[in-house]
Amino acid sequence: MEERAAGSATPAESTVEAMFREERGRLLASLVRRFGDLDLAEEVASEAIEAALLHWPAEGVPPKPGAWLMTTARRKAVDRLRRDRAYAARLAVLQVEADRAGPVPPAGADGDLPDERLQLFFTCAHPALSAEDRGALTLRCLAGLTTPEVARAFLVPVETMAKRIVRAKKKIREARIPFRVPGADELPERLPGVLQVIYSIFTEGYAASAGPDLQRIDLAEEAVRLGRILRRLMPAEREAAGLLGLMLLVHARRDARIGPEGGLVLLDDQDRGRWDRTMIQEGGDLVLAALTGGPPGPYGVQAAIAALHDEAADVATTDWPQIVALYDVLLALAPSPVVALNRAVAVAMRDGPEAGLALLDGLSGEPRLRGHHPYPAARADLLSRLGRFPEAAAAYREALGLAGTEPERAYLRRRLDAAEASGTDGAAGA
Amino acid sequence: MKYMLLIYSAGTDAAAAADAPSFEDWAVYDKAVRDAGVWVSGEALADLVTATTVRVGPEGDRTVTDGPFAETREVLGGYYVIDVPDLDVALDWAARCPGSRGGGAITVRPVAEFEA
Repeated sequence: MEERAAGSATPAESTVEAMFREERGRLLASLVRRFGDLDLAEEVASEAIEAALLHWPAEGVPPKPGAWLMTTARRKAVDRLRRDRAYAARLAVLQVEADRAGPVPPAGADGDLPDERLQLFFTCAHPALSAEDRGALTLRCLAGLTTPEVARAFLVPVETMAKRIVRAKKKIREARIPFRVPGADELPERLPGVLQVIYSIFTEGYAASAGPDLQRIDLAEEAVRLGRILRRLMPAEREAAGLLGLMLLVHARRDARIGPEGGLVLLDDQDRGRWDRTMIQEGGDLVLAALTGGPPGPYGVQAAIAALHDEAADVATTDWPQIVALYDVLLALAPSPVVALNRAVAVAMRDGPEAGLALLDGLSGEPRLRGHHPYPAARADLLSRLGRFPEAAAAYREALGLAGTEPERAYLRRRLDAAEASGTDGAAGA
Repeated sequence: MKYMLLIYSAGTDAAAAADAPSFEDWAVYDKAVRDAGVWVSGEALADLVTATTVRVGPEGDRTVTDGPFAETREVLGGYYVIDVPDLDVALDWAARCPGSRGGGAITVRPVAEFEA
């Protein structure tokens, strides 16, 4: 039983599991810092956790569990390096250079281990790694997932994922991608990469969360967890708040997204009573943090848009003028045809379907929207609302030809059937 | 750690040639690499029309051909080898290189190290 949804594990299991998931990333980061080698760090981190599972139930959890794990892991690393002199010599060279890189951060507030995970976030999200590898490594090293779990999360065979992780780690080691937090001057260029990795994990999980595969690791939950860690590590970065806020405000609707038969329910038709109010509250507070004290970033603005949806009692009373205004800000910050598409849909809600359709038709030449099923789906929706059913049906067919997941396709088929039925009725009535 | 910066120019594309780096740009960069103490070696290559390719078959038979001529848009125009602590520093030097602009690109490759 691998499903990790809430309530699927006994309380004791989930506590131990949660504790080690969290502890593993911290331990790994500190070990990487000390030894400069991800493979060695992973090996001895796992061994230390195994030792803890063996000793703690009998002897009790030590007062500083992080320090206990670190001491145990370091001892195992030293043993390993004693056995393998060539490896030790190579690491010694790495270590000299790592020491030159900067001071070790102070111990955490709890007096246990210092939290050195931030450098690992930046290494895992390094632009020299492929986008897929960044997500996989982040889940492996920072979310504490095993390789089979990461494989299941991305729906690829375990062997494929194992190879990919080995290759990515080889690149980190042999091209010498550093384990360090970029300086203040580089941060504006590098932080968006870290945020993007977490958000991609989230959207990947979100797109498939209504899928039939109950064995799938809940990527959205993992992304929220990573977002929380990053938020704690970078309390002054407003975009870290914006990203966590955005994910919480979207994730708050997770139960309402899935209909009684497992079908996809779009925002307009969701039972808003099933939205998670606690999560919306937390997300709303993060929006405030993200938008206060300087010009907003793209995640903060997207979070603000999500908050407006979450706060509305229904579609009709949603503050569409404000949403359109936020999309204008977002377009100025991060111009993209996908944002322009969302803005057009919001304009349709504010000014009527005709106005939205005119904007959508203006985007027809955008290469990035070709093959992007939400584009014909949005056109189809507005065409139906205008009573132009044959055109709507054609656009739904186009969207169906492109849509990825089965729940999305099922939704589009229902809409296509409705458009075709209305078109026929219209013809019969004429 | 040594990295090779392989400098690919955008070929003789007229649009790209307009904002191609000047001789002065290269001189300034070359001086910066040497002054920083990271320079190991580096050469600019003569025009691609002067290139000749040699292949030796299984019987030891030698084939010499003119070229290759650019089938892809990017042509290797030169290289630097620099010695820096890590990839981030190497990428910074690559970004400063005039060859990374005007449609050109730099490929950064670690130089293989073999155990002595």
